[in-house]
Amino acid sequence: MSQGPILELRGINKSFGPVQVLHDVAFSVYPGEVTALVGDNGAGKSTLVKCIGGIHPIDSGEYLFEGERVHVSGPRDAAVLGVEIVYQDLALCDNLDIVQNMFLGRERKSGLVLDEDTMEEMAAKTLAGLSVRTVKSLRQHVSSLSGGQRQTVAIAKAVLWNSKVVILDEPTAALGVAQTAQVLELVRRLADRGLAVVLISHNMNDVFAVSDRIAALYLGRMAAEVKTSEVTHAQIVELITSGRSGELGLKNGNGAAS
Amino acid sequence: MTTETLPKQENAESALGGHVKGYFERVRGGELGALPAVFGLVILCVVFSVLRPAFLSAVNFANLFTQGAAVAVIAMGLIFVLLLGEIDLSAGFASGVCAAVLAVLLTLQGWPWYLAVLAAMVTGAIIGLVLGSLVAKLGIPSFVVTLAAFLAFQGVVLLLVKDGTNISIRDETILAIANKNVPPAAGWAALIVGVAVYAAIQFVQARRRVARGLVATPVAVIAARVVTLAVVAGVAVYVLNLERSRNAALVSLKGVPIVVPLIVILLIVWTFVLRRTAYGRHIYAVGGNAEAARRAGINVDRIRISAFVICSFMASLGGIIAASRANSVDPNTGGSNVLLFAVGAAVIGGTSLFGGKGRALDALLGGAVVAVIENGMGLMGYSAGVKFVVTGLVLLLAAGVDALSRKRAASTGRR
Repeated sequence: MSQGPILELRGINKSFGPVQVLHDVAFSVYPGEVTALVGDNGAGKSTLVKCIGGIHPIDSGEYLFEGERVHVSGPRDAAVLGVEIVYQDLALCDNLDIVQNMFLGRERKSGLVLDEDTMEEMAAKTLAGLSVRTVKSLRQHVSSLSGGQRQTVAIAKAVLWNSKVVILDEPTAALGVAQTAQVLELVRRLADRGLAVVLISHNMNDVFAVSDRIAALYLGRMAAEVKTSEVTHAQIVELITSGRSGELGLKNGNGAAS
Repeated sequence: MTTETLPKQENAESALGGHVKGYFERVRGGELGALPAVFGLVILCVVFSVLRPAFLSAVNFANLFTQGAAVAVIAMGLIFVLLLGEIDLSAGFASGVCAAVLAVLLTLQGWPWYLAVLAAMVTGAIIGLVLGSLVAKLGIPSFVVTLAAFLAFQGVVLLLVKDGTNISIRDETILAIANKNVPPAAGWAALIVGVAVYAAIQFVQARRRVARGLVATPVAVIAARVVTLAVVAGVAVYVLNLERSRNAALVSLKGVPIVVPLIVILLIVWTFVLRRTAYGRHIYAVGGNAEAARRAGINVDRIRISAFVICSFMASLGGIIAASRANSVDPNTGGSNVLLFAVGAAVIGGTSLFGGKGRALDALLGGAVVAVIENGMGLMGYSAGVKFVVTGLVLLLAAGVDALSRKRAASTGRR
């Protein structure tokens, strides 16, 4: 795909007090592609995602969306741009049903009253559009859903808002084999619909199964951004663990010194 | 992209079957809803009417409503706080403070009733604002905040009514709330209009959903609901419209007590707020998963504070009703068992102490159970001591049912 990136970060720095978590990070996300964001624990994946989502303000660096410089200072700003994050703990309310969860905080209203019918229709259309057929009723409480179904609802919630970039934080971490396959299939479908998908994962099988590009973070630096088809399993593992792999990766030492 | 919509269109027969089956599945899964309260109410009524035929008399039936009214109204407000998983232990004495404000302004200062009522309601709202802010902004557990307020408000009532004297209320309008009745014809008219409007709303909603291809409540289920409402409310209005005076020639006493339509209006308003507005949805969301609500852009602090405001505001209405019924306000107004009865009413009705589950109607169902216990045991001649013990046990039983149904829900994967 020859399109430019929809979301591009350049030279991002982020510190928490004396601890610098992100050093001069560049990161690009392309529409219609799944970009896997990998890195060991503490590499800065979550911080990077939270900077994109506006939860942490960036100290310095450029945030470009559709080629234009934007200023994201809160979750609302990110949502307005069309950036949605699906967190690991899903953020669903067990005591509400699927439709209520999908529209939480952004309910459709006609006058003062909630427009339940329109919301239900839109939810049904979104789920059907994602070819989700595993839920019995849209009016069942989220508490009665399986892990995979919950993940599906959380992803559908992010897609509902005509979002352009969907970031998934370890969507398969807690799932069984069959459910993982289901969710990965869904991730692929999102990209095929033209969305830019960022997939954070520790599971190399998942990463190689669905991603088009891989971005590897190492100790707060972007070690490499590569096409999945051009690298091997072993190379990525090396990038994650030591920041370099042959020609790829950080050039000077282990990166932490400079 | 596929064009099929998710909910399958079913024919009427299987839709009805599915609806009934779904209900039983939910009950088995631990979502008991109003079942324990209705079940308990029926058993209690049968037991008391067998043991004491006077329980079934028209006079006593009307008594039940005026006795239970204040507690039911306070419970309705408490439900908002309970929905968030919080508690307001001060609601009882908050109602006492508001009643004392009302009495002082009305009787000692000679204010007109509407200004005094307004002042009492504003007092309630301010109390809620303070309590809610302490809980939401400072992060003090609501249990501690309201326990402190419980003690402090007890003192405030004492100060307002000047150490143990009582202030009698002579204003006709205020006294009418719990002591006067709606004319029988007006009672019937309100019943017919109410049932008709309810039926119309239900049918129109169902038809609109069918027209848009969504799964709608089957007509038979709606019909059953309308008939149930018509029968229950109809019997109540009929009995309340019977002559209750011992000497009808001297003074006639019949009709629905004014406090009943008042409570019905409150029930409709709060049910609407909880079920049909975004605000109500957000209350449930905060009670279910506050973090999810926050991430969805809901102002969790504001929801918390508003719930306490509603709770204390409803307590003020409960205080006004209690003052009207007692014809006076004394240091014990809103004290002793009022709070426990109100919490009990909410929990017995099916509101969860763990938050996220409850309806405005629960306050009435549970309030009815509490009122029947108190009234029936009074008729049996039991002492106040026995009544307290039994009510305490019933509250414990209700909380036990709540906790067990939650466990059951967890084990069947519903939570």
